[in-house]
Order: sequence, then structure tokens, then C-alpha cells
Amino acid sequence: MYKSWWKILGAVLVMYSTVAGFLASVPPLPILHQSIRNLYFHVPMWFAMIVLFTISVVQSIRYLSNSNQEHDNKAVQSVNAGIIFGILGLVTGAVWARFTWGQAWSFDVKQNFAAIAMLLYFAYLVLRNAIDEEQKRAKISAIYNIFAFPMMVVLLFVLPRLSDSLHPGNGGNPGFNAYDLDSRMRMVFYPACLGWILIGCWIYSILFRVSTLEKNK
Amino acid sequence: MKKLMTTVLMLMVTLQLFAQGQGSAIADTLAGSEKIYVVVTCVTIILLGLLAFLFAIERRLKKLEKKS
Repeated sequence: MYKSWWKILGAVLVMYSTVAGFLASVPPLPILHQSIRNLYFHVPMWFAMIVLFTISVVQSIRYLSNSNQEHDNKAVQSVNAGIIFGILGLVTGAVWARFTWGQAWSFDVKQNFAAIAMLLYFAYLVLRNAIDEEQKRAKISAIYNIFAFPMMVVLLFVLPRLSDSLHPGNGGNPGFNAYDLDSRMRMVFYPACLGWILIGCWIYSILFRVSTLEKNK
Repeated sequence: MKKLMTTVLMLMVTLQLFAQGQGSAIADTLAGSEKIYVVVTCVTIILLGLLAFLFAIERRLKKLEKKS
């Protein structure tokens, strides 16, 4: 966590994907046109969020197995960092939807369930604030977190697939794989995902370190 | 800080209101030029979000510095 090579790697990948994301060529697409480039910015937000929430659930399980408060703190801080990315993903998704689907919030299943998944994690933070006793708070919220994670996965990846959705990869729509078979787009998309995941982990480690300092003071 | 955040949020709300109009200038610009400005808007939002995070961390650090 304290080494810097992966932070530099993340920064370089994000820089590369931003520059190449604007300049590299994309296949000509109807409706989307150049806004397909949002794939390099909107989608990695969600990947980063999912990785951070995965870290959180792993830390929660570790807390339950050895009752070390440090694991509890790690679980909260990775949720905090994940929520930043989730909100950014929702907002960029709404902007993108405004100009491709016609409305910022068309109550599409994908949008609704993504918002509910975010609410699940807001509830996690609210639950934590509601309990004063430290041990009890850590234990209850760790258990809640373990339930919230599969719920989030189901809401984001299973339920939207079962009904009609405008979002690619859902409700009979082809995923972006159908578009980015163009291997040049993959050359930008995968580094973008990895880069933003690393930046997300960096934000999480900063939050964790600051909160550890706050606790020790 | 709260005032600043409220101002930014309110600005975003009004942006949305403008975008609803059929012939609004902002919506036309964003939808024009093959929609490349949609990407610019999204990248700006992401940057603003991360900068807001920086400010939040800074505030927490300031509190720590005051204590020590």
C-alpha cells in the first residue's frame, strides 16, 4: 500500500487513456458518434467502484474472522472511495444518456438499479453512524456489507439483463463488445480500466491513512 | 465549503434546466460536432469530482494539523 510504483503506473495509464481516448480513432457509429469515447471514462468509473467494494467486502470478512479494528477501517474507507466513483459513474452516465437516449434520467432499469446499489452503500454508512459502540458497529456493519455486496452485483449485472434496457449489454442490447471489436478501442479501454482501478485504490489508501491518523490522535 | 458545494450543485441543476429546452445553446453545442463535447463534459465532471475529493481530504488534514 505504501509503495509508489503502482500509483505511477495508474497515473501513466490514466494519462495515456485520456489522451488516446480523445485522439485515437473510433469506428463510425450511429447516434453515438464521437460520444463512444465516453467508454474510456464512464465505464472505468464502475470498474473502479466494483473493485473498491470487493476490497471492502474482503476486509469485512477479515474483520469478522479476527476482530482487528484496522480491517473495519479499511472496509469503510474503501466504501467511501467506491462511492465517489459510483457517483461519478452515475452522473457521467446521465450526461451521456441525455445526448444519446434523449433524457438524462429515463428511469431505465440500469440507471434505477445503479442508483439503488449506491443507496445500499449509503445505507451502510448511515448504519455505521447510527451505532456508537465501536465493536458492535464494526461487527454489524461488516455483516451488512457482506450482504450488500452480492445485492450490488445482482442489481448491476443480473436484474438489468432480465428486462428491456437501453444500456449496452442489457435487455437484448449487444454489449460494447459488438462495437469495440475494433482492437484499437480495446488498446485504450483496458488500460483505462486498469488505470482508474489503480487510482481508486490510491484514493482508498489515502483515505485509510488519514482516518488511521485521526483515530490515533 | 458547504456554500461552495451548494453553488456548484445549483449550477448543475440549472445546466440541466437549460439542456431541457429544444433550441438551447448548450444542448445544441453538446449534441453538435458529432457529440464530442459530451465526452468533454463527462471528463470535466470526473475531474471536478476528484478535485472535490482533494478538498475534502485537505480539510481533514487541516483538522489533524490543528490538533497536533
